[in-house]
Amino acid sequence: MTNEVEVTPGFFQRLGLAFRVLGDAALAGKLLKLTAAPEPAKPVSVPAEKAHASGLFVLGTLQEEGRLIDFLQQDVVSFSDEEVGAAARVVHGGCKKALQRLASLTPVLKEAEGDNVIVPTGFDSQRIRLTGNVSGQPPYRGVLKHHGWTATDLKFPSLSESIDYRVLAPAEVELS
Amino acid sequence: MARYSIGIDLGTTHSAVSSFELPRETVRGHEQSVLQIAQVVKPGTVDELPLLPSFLYLPNKNEFPDGSLALPWNKKSDDLIGDFARSHGSKVPARLVSSAKSWLCHPGVDRSAPILPWQAPPDVEKVSPLEASARYLRHLRTAWEHKYHGEKLHEQEVVLTVPASFDAAARDLTTQAAMQAGLENIVLLEEPQAALYAWIEALGEGFRKQLKIGEVILVIDVGGGTTDFSLIAVTEKKGDIHLTRLAVGDHILLGGDNMDLTLAHTLNQRLLNEGKKLDQWQFHSLTYACREAKERVFNDSKIKKTPIAVASRGSALIGGTIKTELTREEVEELLTDGFFPKTKINEMPVTTRRTGFAQMALPYAPDPAITKHLAAFLTHQAKALTGNSELPAALKGKSFIHPTAILFNGGVFKAETLRERVVDAVNSWLRVENGEPAKELQGIDLDLAVARGAAYYGWVRQGHGIRIRGGTARAYYVGVEAAVPAVPGFEPPINALCVAPFGMEEGSEAQIPPQEFGLVVGEPTRFRFFSSSLRRQDKPGDVIADAARDEELEELSPIETSLPAKDSKAGNFIPVNLQAMVTELGTLELRCLEKNGSGRWKLELNVRMKE
Repeated sequence: MTNEVEVTPGFFQRLGLAFRVLGDAALAGKLLKLTAAPEPAKPVSVPAEKAHASGLFVLGTLQEEGRLIDFLQQDVVSFSDEEVGAAARVVHGGCKKALQRLASLTPVLKEAEGDNVIVPTGFDSQRIRLTGNVSGQPPYRGVLKHHGWTATDLKFPSLSESIDYRVLAPAEVELS
Repeated sequence: MARYSIGIDLGTTHSAVSSFELPRETVRGHEQSVLQIAQVVKPGTVDELPLLPSFLYLPNKNEFPDGSLALPWNKKSDDLIGDFARSHGSKVPARLVSSAKSWLCHPGVDRSAPILPWQAPPDVEKVSPLEASARYLRHLRTAWEHKYHGEKLHEQEVVLTVPASFDAAARDLTTQAAMQAGLENIVLLEEPQAALYAWIEALGEGFRKQLKIGEVILVIDVGGGTTDFSLIAVTEKKGDIHLTRLAVGDHILLGGDNMDLTLAHTLNQRLLNEGKKLDQWQFHSLTYACREAKERVFNDSKIKKTPIAVASRGSALIGGTIKTELTREEVEELLTDGFFPKTKINEMPVTTRRTGFAQMALPYAPDPAITKHLAAFLTHQAKALTGNSELPAALKGKSFIHPTAILFNGGVFKAETLRERVVDAVNSWLRVENGEPAKELQGIDLDLAVARGAAYYGWVRQGHGIRIRGGTARAYYVGVEAAVPAVPGFEPPINALCVAPFGMEEGSEAQIPPQEFGLVVGEPTRFRFFSSSLRRQDKPGDVIADAARDEELEELSPIETSLPAKDSKAGNFIPVNLQAMVTELGTLELRCLEKNGSGRWKLELNVRMKE
């Protein structure tokens, strides 16, 4: 596609054009076509999202089972704690169940938070993050602040080629 | 040669499949395998779950995107069975087929006619209870074959379970459904027996320590929609332990779903009083929330009350969510006392005498008190079992059968409170007659035991382990018009002729002494058909007067046969004898044998309506 530079003709140029249109029926026809309302664009079918399908699937599942998207998309400020709490029960119950179905969750470290722990030489820096006074060589002694989470036993269902997982929840229309 | 024994539990609300590799010499113990059943959980998503909800949804043509109902073994599938069928069907009830199994044993309707969903609008392409059952079985078959690449299910030893209370026609229909699903030669097994097999397998040889000769096991199976009782005696023959199924109860349409609904209706009424109205979908999620709340309360005795939140239908979740709570008192009053009241042994359930003629909807039990149904079962069977040689001597002469052990099955009994309540009730009855308290047999998975026990039974059939004997749990009768002078306006009484006695073993025949039956060539001949779960002493050929009014007899759908007019002229009358046999597969067959000739005609169990 070539870039078109937009031109804005001055008043006299436009007046001249007007006279040309008066004398030239073919030109008038062309102009009419140009200024007519554009034809409604055909809905472009967007190819289904493939690369991120499983991520979108998780979002859709959390919405379907635990209404997570509904919850996050609402403005909580205007509601009472009572109302937020009631909704949170729906979200917590449903999302927990969905999560349990998809994966088993286990802490990275078995020790209780607050316990003294030893970080050994050659520790996995993805599984354990050091904070505070980080200096010297391992092994380190420290206090467990957060035990971390890992997902084990992933049980993702097989996804369909024919579904666009960007639709996190369909609109529901009830027929009477 | 079959490589696997497959147990299929085709339940009213859930189905499950278990496999047992036959060549092995020992029981599976805890590695009993349960098929993870692939099913659509939402459009475009297939997941594997251990249970297949027995629900069939009949979608409108443009309801879901093309290919979004595909199954791993069928990309073009438009059959919607299982998890999504149930959850979506709750929003579109007119297209949802549920409880097909209860319809399958309902003699008041034509079970091969497209009647489900019951009272669906005309544009829904309905299916018959038979067809729906066949589709569930086909789904289970293909799911299994897909998992066990290349193996064919019909080449395996397949055991399909039925409620002990299923009569001959319902058993026959179950076999037909299996055939339609491509499963020939399946073997039928009663569900309470399957549960006991699962217990025996789970305990291994250890079960012999828990059961002594002379004991009577009461199996109480409360499923999603039905309640089923069986009595199994532990006897001894030549030093070997034997298990004999003594009796089965009547078909009671009452189960765990009724309990969840009771809680939901109570809370719904409270919300209505507060001016909060739930729509159908919200009521469904309230029912579901009640089931979970019930389990929370039952599983933790410290919980005094548990909150219940019903999400808004629209996207405004905060502010739109309806909150209420369920207290321990409510759960105990409505469920423990409502369904398992502490009653006396002589308190019988309220019954409405079934007329059977105009009754169309499912015949739900009018009395929800399972303990009363149990009392009725134990009392009636004590009478019926008087003088029976299989009954352990210690139990003779009691006003009700004294069980020594109770085996529970069904998800309802995950609640310890309910198991305790039943044991308490039974033991309070036993105390009155100075009986020893009954113990609870533990160790089975309450959701999956029936499928597992059925797979184990396939192995037992090959000569391993211990087999429960017992034969048919009913006697069968054909109706014969009594020879009395005609009285205008009065139907002549019908006598019942016993054709198949109680306790016929698989693969056995019963000869009926000669009678005066005749078939008319070229015309269908029908017989009225009766059964009894109580009359144990009747022998083939015995006649019971005035069958239609006998409390111990239940009228079933009629049986019929049609003689093709070949050699004989149409309208001719051929004298015949009746013969009954129980097939190796566990179904009843009735034949007419030509007197002084070689003609044989099968009597079909009519699955259509009673007259």
